[in-house]
Amino acid sequence: MRLKQTPSQTVGPFFAYGLTPEQYGYPFRSLVGSKLADDDTPGERIRIIGRVLDGDGAPVPDAMIEIWQADGEGRYAHPADPRGSNVRFAGFGRCGTGTDPDNRFVFDTIKPGKVGDGQAPHVNVIVFMRGMLSHVFTRIYFADEAAANARDPVLASVEEARRRTLIAVRESGPAGIVYRLDLRMQGPDETVFFDV
Amino acid sequence: MSATYTPRDWSSQPPLVFPAYKSTIGRGPTRPLVPLAQSLSELTGPVYGHESVDELDHDLTRNAARNGEPLGERIVVTGRILDEDGRVQPNTLIEIWQANAAGRYVHRSDQHDAPLDPNFLGAGRCVTDDAGRYRFYSVKPGAYPWKNHHNAWRPNHIHFSLFGPSFATRLITQMYFPGDPLLDLDPIYQGAPAGARERMIARFSIDATEPEFALGYVFDIVLRGRGATPMET
Repeated sequence: MRLKQTPSQTVGPFFAYGLTPEQYGYPFRSLVGSKLADDDTPGERIRIIGRVLDGDGAPVPDAMIEIWQADGEGRYAHPADPRGSNVRFAGFGRCGTGTDPDNRFVFDTIKPGKVGDGQAPHVNVIVFMRGMLSHVFTRIYFADEAAANARDPVLASVEEARRRTLIAVRESGPAGIVYRLDLRMQGPDETVFFDV
Repeated sequence: MSATYTPRDWSSQPPLVFPAYKSTIGRGPTRPLVPLAQSLSELTGPVYGHESVDELDHDLTRNAARNGEPLGERIVVTGRILDEDGRVQPNTLIEIWQANAAGRYVHRSDQHDAPLDPNFLGAGRCVTDDAGRYRFYSVKPGAYPWKNHHNAWRPNHIHFSLFGPSFATRLITQMYFPGDPLLDLDPIYQGAPAGARERMIARFSIDATEPEFALGYVFDIVLRGRGATPMET
């Protein structure tokens, strides 16, 4: 029996009390938030910060970003990862852009390790927002992994001039290690989005 | 070695820019999506078991009640999560949110001049059982106006968020109600291709209807299936 896919629809402007309730202060328990790691999580603690910019370059205040990543040793917490899951790190985060004064998404996590299949360390990203009927996939790579990035098959599939839209800049300061990457929905520097 | 997931079927999925839905014009990416060979990064995804949801999470008529029951027409919404090959999807998280019976969302940025209901939040979730089945209790959401164009009204709908077995199968959609005259006028619903959009309309079911209690609607959801191509390693 071959069935047909159910169409996607926009997440709309009012997702917060259902999908990110605690972040927005609604009286409902959040299943997932933007803090993926704590002090006991093995790996290099990092913060990922970015904005979602629309075609006019304005920050989008009602986007929802989901990230999915491997742990510090490159293992995914999922049965399909043959090396077994690391249950102490779920690897999934969700953040709306409506609570930060600058409409940024901010994830506190650890830097993912190499999955071991030739890919450079990366974070998998889904972008949802009002004004998008289907979500889009992108990735966040790390600027300090230049050697690994140069061998990454996914980056290699992207035209060279656009690769930088996928690579977060590393900053080291008193607050720790921060990677920054804005997601540009349109324009000359439009972020690379993947047909996953 | 795992089989990859079938691609998103763009004859079923809405385009990223659909001008009748005005805010897609400045937000939808305009460059072609870059094909990506699925790796472990796409074949894995967040896992939520039955322990992750609370006892009343699936019952929107009770999960935010303070001093009574929410107003409105009580409904039960049930169905199965399947993939394109007809395989049921057990243990998958479903999150829903909706307006109250008056067409008002709890969300602070909803400025529609309709009453809030002190006994209704409008958010719920559950995890599918071994047969891929889910069940929510709620009240029928009201239609509400939005600013897309003059006299624009959203049809009655419930937002559904699903994961399926991997990050690749992630889906957010909306469930609509049969016979709603606003469907023909709604650019969000119309944004899905003809022949596909009808899959988002639930079916009224007297069998799912609970006597003396709630009208029953059945809404099955089909996620991406497994392809024949093994993952590149």
